[in-house]
Amino acid sequence: MLTISRDLYDKIVAHARKDHPDEACGVIAGPEGSGRPERFIPMENAERSPTFYRFDSQEQLSVWREMDDRDEEPVVIYHSHTATEAYPSRTDISYASEPDAHYVLVSTRSDDETEFRSYRILDGEVTEEPVQIQD
Amino acid sequence: MAIEVRIPTILRTYTDGAKQVEGSGATLAELISDLESRHSGLSARLIDGGALRRFVNVYLNDEDVRFLSGLDTPVKDGDTVTVLPAVAGG
Repeated sequence: MLTISRDLYDKIVAHARKDHPDEACGVIAGPEGSGRPERFIPMENAERSPTFYRFDSQEQLSVWREMDDRDEEPVVIYHSHTATEAYPSRTDISYASEPDAHYVLVSTRSDDETEFRSYRILDGEVTEEPVQIQD
Repeated sequence: MAIEVRIPTILRTYTDGAKQVEGSGATLAELISDLESRHSGLSARLIDGGALRRFVNVYLNDEDVRFLSGLDTPVKDGDTVTVLPAVAGG
């Protein structure tokens, strides 16, 4: 289960909408071991593509070091799909490399609604989980 | 000669859970080879067909080695090498 504040949910959705039609991506950091997403970190999509995303490697180093200094970990890793459903693609699954993260997929394929779903991805297996939004 | 190597969560199965290991070598390639001698299987996660894997980021101190000399990048005592799997997808 992913428990996330309304504020963070809104920030992810706004980021995805802003970058549409390119894929948006980012991290929400939280205290190590807590599973609590707290600190919103939108990332540059170095691919700037409607079908692919990649964190800029230097930015990733700086963000990962900062999380380490603050005893945080990436609780949520999010990205958007701009023309397909909010479900992990084969590339999403093969590159998922943070076993403890909640992988949030947002879809901006429709103008009227934004799909927001969350998954665990472990050893190539995807398990969808419920999302609980806290107001 | 000791070079500190920071290992990401997903590769700690090769280091008995250690977040950090030490190694030696004059270049990144030699360092990885040295690590492989104590952490069997680690090299194949970093190198494919003689080059660094595309979706693994390796940094020498603060710089991605892709902007230096890749596997030929010289390393020395006191350096820190950090490995982070790229975060990417489609």
